[in-house]
Amino acid sequence: MNSRTADGRQLLEVDNVTLRFGGLVALDEVNFAMRTGEILGLIGPNGAGKTTCFNVMTGMYRPTAGTVRFQGRPLIGRKRHEITRSGIARTFQNVRLFPEMTALENVMVGADIRDRTSVLGALFRVPRYWREERASRAKAMEMMEFVGIADRAGEVSRNLPYGVQRRLEIARALATDPALLCLDEPAAGFNPSEKAALLQLIRAIRDRGVTVLLIEHDMRLVMEVTDHIVVLEFGKKIAEGSPAEVREDPRVIAAYLGVPTDAA
Amino acid sequence: MIDQKTAMPRRTWRNRNGNGSPFRGRWARLPRSARWASLLGVALLAYLLPYVGSIPGIGPQIVTEGIDWPSALFNISYFVLLALGLNVVVGYAGLLDLGYVGFFAVGAYSVALFTSPDSILNTGWSWLAAVPVAIALTLVSGVILGWPTLRLRGDYLAIVTLGFAEIIRNTANGAEFMRGDRGFGGIPHPPGSLGDNSPIFGVRDATPYYWLGLTIIVVVIIGVRNLEHSRVGRSWLAIREDQEAAEMMGVRTVKYKLWAFAIGAAIGGFGGVMFAGEQGFLNSATFQLLFSILVLAGVVMGGSGNIPGAILGGALVSYVPDRLRGVEIAGTDAFQFRMLIFGFMIIVVMVFRPQGLLPSRRRAAELADRAKEATA
Repeated sequence: MNSRTADGRQLLEVDNVTLRFGGLVALDEVNFAMRTGEILGLIGPNGAGKTTCFNVMTGMYRPTAGTVRFQGRPLIGRKRHEITRSGIARTFQNVRLFPEMTALENVMVGADIRDRTSVLGALFRVPRYWREERASRAKAMEMMEFVGIADRAGEVSRNLPYGVQRRLEIARALATDPALLCLDEPAAGFNPSEKAALLQLIRAIRDRGVTVLLIEHDMRLVMEVTDHIVVLEFGKKIAEGSPAEVREDPRVIAAYLGVPTDAA
Repeated sequence: MIDQKTAMPRRTWRNRNGNGSPFRGRWARLPRSARWASLLGVALLAYLLPYVGSIPGIGPQIVTEGIDWPSALFNISYFVLLALGLNVVVGYAGLLDLGYVGFFAVGAYSVALFTSPDSILNTGWSWLAAVPVAIALTLVSGVILGWPTLRLRGDYLAIVTLGFAEIIRNTANGAEFMRGDRGFGGIPHPPGSLGDNSPIFGVRDATPYYWLGLTIIVVVIIGVRNLEHSRVGRSWLAIREDQEAAEMMGVRTVKYKLWAFAIGAAIGGFGGVMFAGEQGFLNSATFQLLFSILVLAGVVMGGSGNIPGAILGGALVSYVPDRLRGVEIAGTDAFQFRMLIFGFMIIVVMVFRPQGLLPSRRRAAELADRAKEATA
């Protein structure tokens, strides 16, 4: 294992996680850890279990065996909204915005999750309502500026171009103030210049102090931006290490390119 | 178009994307004061509705014939109130509730139980004293119904709510203390008297009841709008559009769905409280399932998720049948055909305007999306 560029504190531990759907083993004793401040790439061929792994971490699936610990506390069995509040945010492989809300409202849904305005407070417009509503709005705008789409704030999100929707999803996730941001194939469908811009954005997110877990197909992007890579195949971890190490790993090459017949 | 002072986009932005009606765009661009002034004007006109019959020409066409006009207006007022409440549940949170009449019944029966001399409680409270208790009870009944059932979605929830309304009706019919069709008499009217010691809320003229209903409606509208434009409204919308994504964004979905149910129930309870106070008598025959269906039809026909739509729809489902009373068609009272005529009306609206007469922009777009998916 290489020396990892992060500050070294353990942020997330995935420990022997196994997930079965009936006879299908979607995840098979997967182990890895993330350190605060790093960008970790989770790669693998289609169907390797990357998104499933995400779904276990964010509480959408409950693993058959194993544990996930975030900031030292177990995540399994906690409610989804609690997991988000504790500091894990995500985007979706197929964009899942609230299509009829404006871009700003979408981000505000993320921004106000720790607000304390109650239903009665909103009903009677108590001072806290005004204060928190203003703060959420400002925070949402700041996030939209950060991802570079502030000029689309008032547009209904379903009308936005695909690339803007992707960025909007990132802004919405960032608005929840996560310690860990999970991006599920954020570059899917992007052209090279959009990918380059995304790369900048991912680095900028890390520079804000947010640890990033990245699922991505585009190898060049993954190699360029990540500090550490975990490779899955058929639900199993087959390799782990720095981009350079992973690139040279024969199992990874085999998984991606297939095993040459003369070598077999 | 960014507000210079706050560097925040203004609400009017919402209307630049071309799928709002021209009216809505113009409305949103009006200065705040002008919008308030016109709303105030509309409210004033609504208060003057009891006198619409004296307008020469169109006035007599509007007023009802078989039922006195103030009573028809009072009926409209509680239907509008119910539509506003159901709109929170169905229109905002997207939860299909077919048993809404149950909450109306809980509100009305609570008043009856605490005030009527026929009640076994024998408390004999005044109407006003019973109101907060009745509203609290409907709120609680909303939570009691919602707590175990809100994990269900769509059709399943609809079936459970349908069952709830039937439970209430059967209890009213069967339980001894609910007095079945003998009902409760002598329910006091709202308080207050005029200079000559005659009560404001009498038995002959329903106009004061209508004004009371209208006042409650105005208060409810303000409250519902406040909720709509807050994190509560955003959470409801997010739940309606993508419940799973909402959860992943940290929205406490069960909590907000429960609140939608409780708030809807409390508004329905207000309708029941008014109804009991005006009628002075109620029995188990009052709360038919048809009532739920009518209110839901009103919300959907008017435009689900939109306050003006719910008001229009609620008013229509009450006004149209009342207007048909005492009108002769081919030698018979048109009131007998009210459901036929009414059903035809709903079909026509749904065929030509499935998003409702005054739809919410979002809802209309959602429906269009779904239609596209269905044909694709």
